[in-house]
Amino acid sequence: MTGDAAVRVRSVEKTFNLGKVGEVAAIRSVDLDVAPGEFVSLIGPSGCGKSTLLRLIADLIEPSSGTIEVFGKPAAQARLDQDYGMAFQRSGLFDWRKIAANIELPLELMGWTKEKRRQRSAEMLRLVKLDEFADHYPQQLSGGMQQRVAIARALSFKPQLLLMDEPFGALDEMTREHMQSELISIKTELDTTVVFVTHSIAEAAFMSDRVVVLSPRPGEIHEIIDVDLGTRVPDTREDPEFFKKATEIRESLRSVKAAE
Amino acid sequence: MTEVGRRAPFQILAVVAVLVAFATLWEGYKAMGDATGGTWPGTDRELPVATDDLTLPHVHEILGTMVDPVQRGGDETLAVFLVKSAWFTFKEAAWGFAIGSVFGLGLAIVMLRSSFLDRGLLPWINISQTIPLIALAPIVVTWGRTTFLSDVQAVSLIAAYLTFFPVAVNGLAGLKSPPDESLELMDSYAAPWSATLWKLRFPAARPYLFPAFKLAATLSVVGAIVGEISSGVRGGLGRVILDFAGRYSTGPERLYAAVIASALLGLFVFGLTVIAERIALRGQLLEDVG
Repeated sequence: MTGDAAVRVRSVEKTFNLGKVGEVAAIRSVDLDVAPGEFVSLIGPSGCGKSTLLRLIADLIEPSSGTIEVFGKPAAQARLDQDYGMAFQRSGLFDWRKIAANIELPLELMGWTKEKRRQRSAEMLRLVKLDEFADHYPQQLSGGMQQRVAIARALSFKPQLLLMDEPFGALDEMTREHMQSELISIKTELDTTVVFVTHSIAEAAFMSDRVVVLSPRPGEIHEIIDVDLGTRVPDTREDPEFFKKATEIRESLRSVKAAE
Repeated sequence: MTEVGRRAPFQILAVVAVLVAFATLWEGYKAMGDATGGTWPGTDRELPVATDDLTLPHVHEILGTMVDPVQRGGDETLAVFLVKSAWFTFKEAAWGFAIGSVFGLGLAIVMLRSSFLDRGLLPWINISQTIPLIALAPIVVTWGRTTFLSDVQAVSLIAAYLTFFPVAVNGLAGLKSPPDESLELMDSYAAPWSATLWKLRFPAARPYLFPAFKLAATLSVVGAIVGEISSGVRGGLGRVILDFAGRYSTGPERLYAAVIASALLGLFVFGLTVIAERIALRGQLLEDVG
């Protein structure tokens, strides 16, 4: 169906049962649409449930109420159909597998032939500019390189949606900015939709088409900020418009805390 | 050549040096006791262990008895006899190790799968290891005789009883070791439970399993020897130790030789697991430069 949202979240709530402590509401009445090809960031104070929202979209956890659709089907079906790829803060590479074999893990699980897997992992390694590291082990690569492998793994089966949970959170500032540009160019090349959890204001402003600001627990959507900075280049970070957007996001985050 | 490879000659040298030092201490202690008449030099306080040839035979006597015939007038030397006995015990221990490891891993998987069984079984697994083997061994042998088990197979079972424990406990810890993110990753691929077990949990458990295998290998030898002694199975080191202990007064150096043979067998099986570990973790341990 054309015109379908890539992600459609309707009146979603999530409460965790923590036993003796009782129930904790993590997410409350969230409605969100993400259009195909869009880059949407989720930002908010620690514990606002932004990672929870991402995991709900991924069907790694189930909502207490409400519905989530991915490309027009229930999130659970989208997971079974491998409609999305996922990357986490820690690269989560398996250190007993060589780089190429790490990228091929999802393909292996989908039953691809060895030849097809090799072909695809070589292609993905070129995409993230790590061609010569196919036969290395993860621990021989720097943190930034490992994260690039994780992205290559998430995109290896060319899903239309990429879900990322603070993927650059553990990287130093320089590597981080470089990775942001890399991700934008990969996303543009593959025309992937991205939902991106971050706690960096600059990162959200630089990368996103829209920034979703969440309030503290229980997480609700406080504000959605449109960011239109055109084609992102490293100089975008010095554009006055970029600073204006960063300020807007910062103030939105502050008003969230003040309202508490 | 790898770091480990370069260090190997040095390690052999160190082991030999410790052996020589131990033999020197042994003989020195003996000489001191002989000189003073069994007391600390300059005092009349008695030495904790007597130094006569019955209590502490000379090192050269222990080594010398290795090349003596086992039976008066026979062709076979004691060393050959001990190697044959050790091989017999090794086979029992190897079966015990295999059975115990498979059973231990099976338990670990069952306990991973069900937290109910995890909680229910763990205390019993712990209690199982507090039962003295000496008490358990004759029971196993007696039960074995009423079924299809030969005594030798019963001894393997006794060895397995010691072996499964470290494998189950460490195996479970290893299977539980992958971080949440790795498990979520497998979930995001909609990977079935078995795929997560084979592609994530088992490989992640290897660094936990090999220390357990090392322990289990030496325990399997202990189990086999104790099993032989309490069941009366002939052909292995356990029976040899029993016989030589019975005739200690006429040839103490023979019991010492048997003890050395047991220790060497333990060292041998330990070495096998180290080699297995190198093979299983190749590429990872050696190239992990941080």
